[in-house]
Amino acid sequence: MSTSTIHDIGYRHYDGRRNGRAYVLRSLYVHSLRAAFGLGRPARAKVMPFILAAIMMLPAAGSVAVFAVTKEEDVLMRYSSYAPTLQVIIAIFLATQAPVLASRELRFHVVPLYFSRPVGHLDFVLAKIAAMTSALFALIAVPVTVLYVGGLVTKVPHSADQLGRYLAALVGCALFALVLAAIGMVVAAFTPRRGFGVAAVIAVFMLSSTLVLVVQGIAESETNFTLSGWAGLFAPFNLVDTVQVRLLNAEKSSVQVAPGLKGGVVALAMCAAIVFGSVAVLYRRFRKAGLS
Amino acid sequence: MNSTIAMITFRAMLGRRRALLLLALPLVLLVLAAVLRYTGNNDLDISADVLQKFGLATLLPLLALIAGTGVIGPEIDDGQIMYVLTKPIPRQVVVLTKLAVAIVLVAVFAVVPTLLAGMVLTGSTAGMAPAFTAGVLVGGVTYSAVFVALAVASRNAVTIGLLYALVWESLLGNFAPGAKSASIQQWALSVTDAMTSATPVKSTVDLAVAVPLLIVVSLGGTLLAAYRLRSLSVAHAE
Repeated sequence: MSTSTIHDIGYRHYDGRRNGRAYVLRSLYVHSLRAAFGLGRPARAKVMPFILAAIMMLPAAGSVAVFAVTKEEDVLMRYSSYAPTLQVIIAIFLATQAPVLASRELRFHVVPLYFSRPVGHLDFVLAKIAAMTSALFALIAVPVTVLYVGGLVTKVPHSADQLGRYLAALVGCALFALVLAAIGMVVAAFTPRRGFGVAAVIAVFMLSSTLVLVVQGIAESETNFTLSGWAGLFAPFNLVDTVQVRLLNAEKSSVQVAPGLKGGVVALAMCAAIVFGSVAVLYRRFRKAGLS
Repeated sequence: MNSTIAMITFRAMLGRRRALLLLALPLVLLVLAAVLRYTGNNDLDISADVLQKFGLATLLPLLALIAGTGVIGPEIDDGQIMYVLTKPIPRQVVVLTKLAVAIVLVAVFAVVPTLLAGMVLTGSTAGMAPAFTAGVLVGGVTYSAVFVALAVASRNAVTIGLLYALVWESLLGNFAPGAKSASIQQWALSVTDAMTSATPVKSTVDLAVAVPLLIVVSLGGTLLAAYRLRSLSVAHAE
């Protein structure tokens, strides 16, 4: 027989102001965005993102410099072709940094610690995707802006025309960033082992682009340009390029893009499906990880 | 060679769902080969193109990178390597065992699928299937040695490996012929070139140059890995 009593040992409730959902979102977003460039972490984590960002700047700076000397308009890269041309570098950046954002907490089983605080599952996922998207957007849009501003300074003809194309390219950059981040985060979230996440993300990009190139090569040799265009929808960079060409009036940078306005609309719908699908998948993934 | 280390490494590489990732990559090649065969697009030009672009230039570096850095990189990163290093096993045995595991993985997941894809695409025409198999095998050994050394030497091994495989070998190769000649991919292709009579297969490097380079780089990588592992300093987890 035991007699037990509950003692009031004077724990106090928190009565202060609560910062709310927006504050949670913003804190997670800022933290993830810093992590995407290795800020707030040892120098070893900063080296690669900044080297890759520097490589991204080189072609823009180089072509502006060459234009300043030669004044030949051809040497300036097209704004909309910047991301497709440098897709390998962008893919490597995504592959190295997506696991930093998406798989570290999973690897060390610390996701439940987040959700023991007032953090919603959806907010957590949205903040992470938004951070990865912003990082990629910065990676792509900064060199494009350098290209545009450099062109203005060195007096490229038709500056009104340039502005239109530049703004369209920025929309394209945002779409690139969104789609790539969505794909990269999902793949990284399912391969938490160190090194595997990087390889898995890059594998998705390399395999899809090589596969599509092979199919397009065969289709073009049979002069079946329609098939070649539709096949392009299955490589991420080619997919977004289709939207750029068909809906944003850019010149094509890929081998072939899906024909007509319909191609553009289908491509845009696929982009939307990828983004929403990835949010849904990540939501389920982190919800499950948060329970264990 | 140490069978216990080999077994643990195999389990780390293939345990749980990881084998699926390794399996998915060659599966894409096999499915592509089957589809091309089925639709009748398997003449010599296309077959050589597929085997070279997909097998030798994409699948092989990716798999060698996963295998080569995966056998030792994660262990060094989280400090588990200490449990191996504190046993009375010579460091070069550790490195050789890890390298052997990486080569076996590359052989299973890249060399065998290349052979199968080659058979599906070309049968025995022009000896293309065995030629590409040999090329992928020697390339795989060299890539593995390089990537194991890289994983011992640097924490950013995977990224550096990617920059080498994708930027140096593929991207710069298109602009600077010098970069193209100094790449494992071209040396492996040179072996393939020598073994097949098919004209679409063209390497920029002579066989007499490629083979010594392959051997030197493989041995160099192994020695470097063994040397770096002897004086490895294990930092704490981030």
